[in-house]
Amino acid sequence: MNDSFLLDGEDIPFTPGQTVMQAAAAAGKYIPHLCWHPDFAAHGSCKLCTVKIGGRFATSCTVRAAAGQEVENRTDELDAKRRTLLQLLFVEGNHFCPSCEKSGDCALQATAYEMGMLTPHFDHFYPDRPVDASHPDVLLEFNRCILCELCVRASREVDGKNVFALAGRGTRSHLVVNSDSGRLADTDFTASDRAAAVCPVGVILKKRLGFTVPIGARTYDLNPISAMGANAGQQADSRANAAHEKEVG
Amino acid sequence: MAHEYLNDTTSPSAAATPRKLKVATVSLAGCFGCHMSFLDIDERLLPLLELVEFDRSPLTDIKHCGPCDIGLIEGGVCNAENVHVLREFRANCKVLIALGACAVNGGLPAQRNHLALADILQMVYRTGHGLAEGSSIPDDPELPLPLNQVHPVHEVVKIDYFLPGCPPSGDAIWAFLTQLIEGKAPSLGHGLLHYD
Ligand code: SF4
Ligand code: SF4
Ligand code: FES
Repeated sequence: MNDSFLLDGEDIPFTPGQTVMQAAAAAGKYIPHLCWHPDFAAHGSCKLCTVKIGGRFATSCTVRAAAGQEVENRTDELDAKRRTLLQLLFVEGNHFCPSCEKSGDCALQATAYEMGMLTPHFDHFYPDRPVDASHPDVLLEFNRCILCELCVRASREVDGKNVFALAGRGTRSHLVVNSDSGRLADTDFTASDRAAAVCPVGVILKKRLGFTVPIGARTYDLNPISAMGANAGQQADSRANAAHEKEVG
Repeated sequence: MAHEYLNDTTSPSAAATPRKLKVATVSLAGCFGCHMSFLDIDERLLPLLELVEFDRSPLTDIKHCGPCDIGLIEGGVCNAENVHVLREFRANCKVLIALGACAVNGGLPAQRNHLALADILQMVYRTGHGLAEGSSIPDDPELPLPLNQVHPVHEVVKIDYFLPGCPPSGDAIWAFLTQLIEGKAPSLGHGLLHYD
């Protein structure tokens, strides 16, 4: 007998050990998420992937798929809660999309479009987070960090460098660079690190890509994030792809 | 919540010739880009003018907002005058709409919010580059006092609808307004909803 569960009424097959998110992604189904990435262990922190299984809330990136589960995903109730989580993320940082290089390639923005978020609703924090432009090839724009720890995981697990970490607690949590000076230039970080290409938002930005792909012609300008199928978990970067294509001809 | 009363056809005269809706527009701490984008609805302005007439707006030069059906606010709130104008709009408009990125989240002007206002004024008028000899911080009593921070309009008055974008496209503004005038709750799909 094939193992399967129901996702919004549709049969989704899974192999034992897979999470609900992994099985859904393999089947090309979109469950909203920000801190999950197919190449890394689940983090379970952003809560965007919250679904209802048998009427109870669960984060689909951490919960194992089980035969016969009835999973609610894109219901009005869950999308409204996701919208609220997104609004909190927007007011906690400084998200001025019109002046952000990542606009159109940003998973936070694209997910907010998908949830129909028209306003950040809450009062803004307008935090003071100076940028780190010390590295010759990569800019760190901390104002947009959503604390997903994808860069932390990539640097530690793939690059074997441990360049990034989260410090502080609660509303004071923030991303730090592991060097005595705290500057990226004083680490062994390079633009070809996995951690340089994993940020879902506009924090870790390769320099000199700028507007190689104009606003309006970027990944999520062309397709909504929900239509990306199994690729929805990959970080989009139309500008880096365009630069790469130019190099290799 | 759709605003059916915008199209009140219950009285016999209204059913015969629907009253034109009154629309007021203003730019607070904005760049007039949203107003320019509004004009980008191009020839659709003509059918729109069959349905609405403008009260206070850069298009009419009326100085104060009277009783209106729809108010469109471009820009955030950066000084005392913005607060007064925004409150006048709220008091007079049945439906108030935040139009564009600056009205929705403060936008570019709000990028000064992590700096102290006094330091900014010093820098811009006293210590910055290329200033004339003896240049000083303007203090004409006619000038509205700047606020410590720039605020999105929803932090100052109740806002009924939000139309983000820098600026929202003419198509987005058209879709939004026509749905609202038809008495529907406006909704923007992929391609029309943009924050950039
Ligand atoms: S990181 Fe994303 S949401 Fe934040 S300003 Fe940039 S494009 Fe907008
Ligand atoms: S810098 Fe990017 S990848 Fe790293 S924690 Fe912040 S949002 Fe996540
Ligand atoms: S994607 Fe599951 S908690 Fe973030």
